Amino acid sequence: MTMVFGVPIQALMGQLLVGLINGSFYALLSLGLAVIFGLLRVINFAHGAQYMLGAFVALLALNWFGLNYWFALILAPLVVGLFGALIERSMLSRLYKLDHLYGLLFTFGLALTLEGLFRWQFGASGQPYAPPAALTGGMNLGFMFLPIYRGWVIVFSLVVCIAVWALIEKTQLGAKLRAATENPTLVQSFGINVPMLLTLTYALGAGLAGLAGVLAAPIYQVSPLMGTNLIIVVFAVVVVGGMGSIMGAIVTGYLLGVAEGLTKVFYPEASNIVIFVIMAIVLILRPAGLFGKEA
Amino acid sequence: MTALLEVRDLHAWYGESHVLHGVNMHVNKGETVCILGRNGMGKTTTLRSIMGIVRKREGRITLGGQDLMAMALHRTARAGIGYVPEERGIFATLTVEENLMLPPQIASGGMTVDEIYRLFPNLEERRRSPGTKLSGGEQQMLAMARILRTGATTLLLDEPTEGLAPVIIDAIGEVLRELRKRGMTVVLVEQNFRFAAKVADRFYVMDHGQMSHEFPVGELAARMDMLHETLGV
Repeated sequence: MTMVFGVPIQALMGQLLVGLINGSFYALLSLGLAVIFGLLRVINFAHGAQYMLGAFVALLALNWFGLNYWFALILAPLVVGLFGALIERSMLSRLYKLDHLYGLLFTFGLALTLEGLFRWQFGASGQPYAPPAALTGGMNLGFMFLPIYRGWVIVFSLVVCIAVWALIEKTQLGAKLRAATENPTLVQSFGINVPMLLTLTYALGAGLAGLAGVLAAPIYQVSPLMGTNLIIVVFAVVVVGGMGSIMGAIVTGYLLGVAEGLTKVFYPEASNIVIFVIMAIVLILRPAGLFGKEA
Repeated sequence: MTALLEVRDLHAWYGESHVLHGVNMHVNKGETVCILGRNGMGKTTTLRSIMGIVRKREGRITLGGQDLMAMALHRTARAGIGYVPEERGIFATLTVEENLMLPPQIASGGMTVDEIYRLFPNLEERRRSPGTKLSGGEQQMLAMARILRTGATTLLLDEPTEGLAPVIIDAIGEVLRELRKRGMTVVLVEQNFRFAAKVADRFYVMDHGQMSHEFPVGELAARMDMLHETLGV
C-alpha cells in the first residue's frame, strides 16, 4: 500500500476529497456573504436558513410536483433569490440608516423564524434526497474511488464561483456594484438606481445560498437545521478571507475545507476546531483577513 | 428669457444645523455662473441640494420647468444634470475606463468616448489603471469627462482647480470654454476668482447661507474691494 507521511494514500485522498466538498460549500456560502456584506454592510445571519431553504425547495419540488434535480438546480436559486428580494425590499432596507447591529439582529431573527417554521412543519430529522441518475455511481481513479456526484459538486461550484467573481470584477453591472460599495450616494446621483442594486445584490447572495442548498441535498440530508451547523464555520471562513473580498472568500473557502480534511487524517481530534484555530491566528497576525485591504 | 435652472428660497440642513437660509439664484441656458464665497458659507451645500444629495431641504428648485425637489436622487440626473464633487469621487476599485463608463447616458448628444480621449489624452493612456492611481489633475479631468459622456446639459462643478498646478488649471479652463461653445450650462463653485474670471459670465457671492451679491463678469474689476473684503483674500 502506498504511504504518504505514514498515512495510506487512499485515506489521504479520501479526506482531501471530503475537504474539497466541504470547501465547495464554504466557498459558495462565504461568497454570498461577502457579496452581501460588501455592498449592504449587513452580516447576513439568515444565510444558513437560505441554504436550508434551497435544499427544501429541491425536496418539495420533487415530492409535490415531481420536478427533478436539474429543475431544482434552476428553480431553487430563483425561489430563494426572490424570497431574499422580498425580505430586503419590505424589511431589511428599512434598517440601513440604523446601526449595522440591527441588520445582524434582523437576519438572525429571520433565520430562527424560518428554521422554526420548517421544524414545526417537517420535523427536525433529516430526509434523504437521491442524487440524479446521471450522477450516481463512481469512478475508480486508481488510487481512490470518486463518487461522481461529489466530483460534480466540486466542478460545478468552482464554475459558479468563477462566474460570480467575473460578474463582479469584469462586467459593467459589477463596476456599478463596486462603485456603490465605495460611495453609494455619488453613484445614485449619476442616475443609477442604488436601492434596486441593493435588492439585486441581496437576492444574488441568497440565491447562491439556495443553490448551495440544492447541491448539498444529495450529500447531507435535508433538514431544517442543516444551515445552522454550517453557517458558523462559514462565518469563520469569511473572517479568515477578509470581509468583503470576493476572491478572498472563494479561495479561503476551498483552502479551509482542505485544511479541515487534512486535519482529519493527521490529527482527527482537532478537525472540528482547526478552522477556528486558523481564524484566531489570522486575527492576531492579519486582523483584516488574508485578502482584506486594510492590514 | 426664462432661466434654465431656478432656485427659490432654498433652505437646507445637515442634521440639526441649518446651513442654507433662503438661497435665490438662476442660471440661463448656456451660461456659466460662478458662486464665490469663503469656506463654510454653503457653496457646496447649494450644489448638493440642487442635485438632491442633501435631502433635508425646503424651497423650490426647477430645471427646465421640472421640479427637482420631488425627485428621488437617482431620478435627478435624468433631468439632464451632472455633478462633479469637490473630492472628485473617483472609485479606487474601478479602472479609469470603468470610472468613465459608470454614469449611465441620460440623453443623446453627450461626448463619445473617442471625443473624450481626444480632449483628455492622458486618460486614454491610463485607461486600464485603477482610478485613484491618477494624479490629482487627471482625476479632476476624469470626474468631468465621465459626466460629459452622459449627455447632461447642466453641469455642477465644485472647486475644480483646488490643489492643482497652474498648467492643469489652464487646461481645465480650456475645457470649460470648450463646453461653453457646445452650449453647456455650468454652475461653478470657486475660491480662485482669477480662474473664474476667465470662464464665468456671471457671479454670485455667497455669505452665511445666502447669495449676498450678484454681478456680471464685466463688473468684476469694479467689485474688487467688496470681493477682497467678503472673501478675505
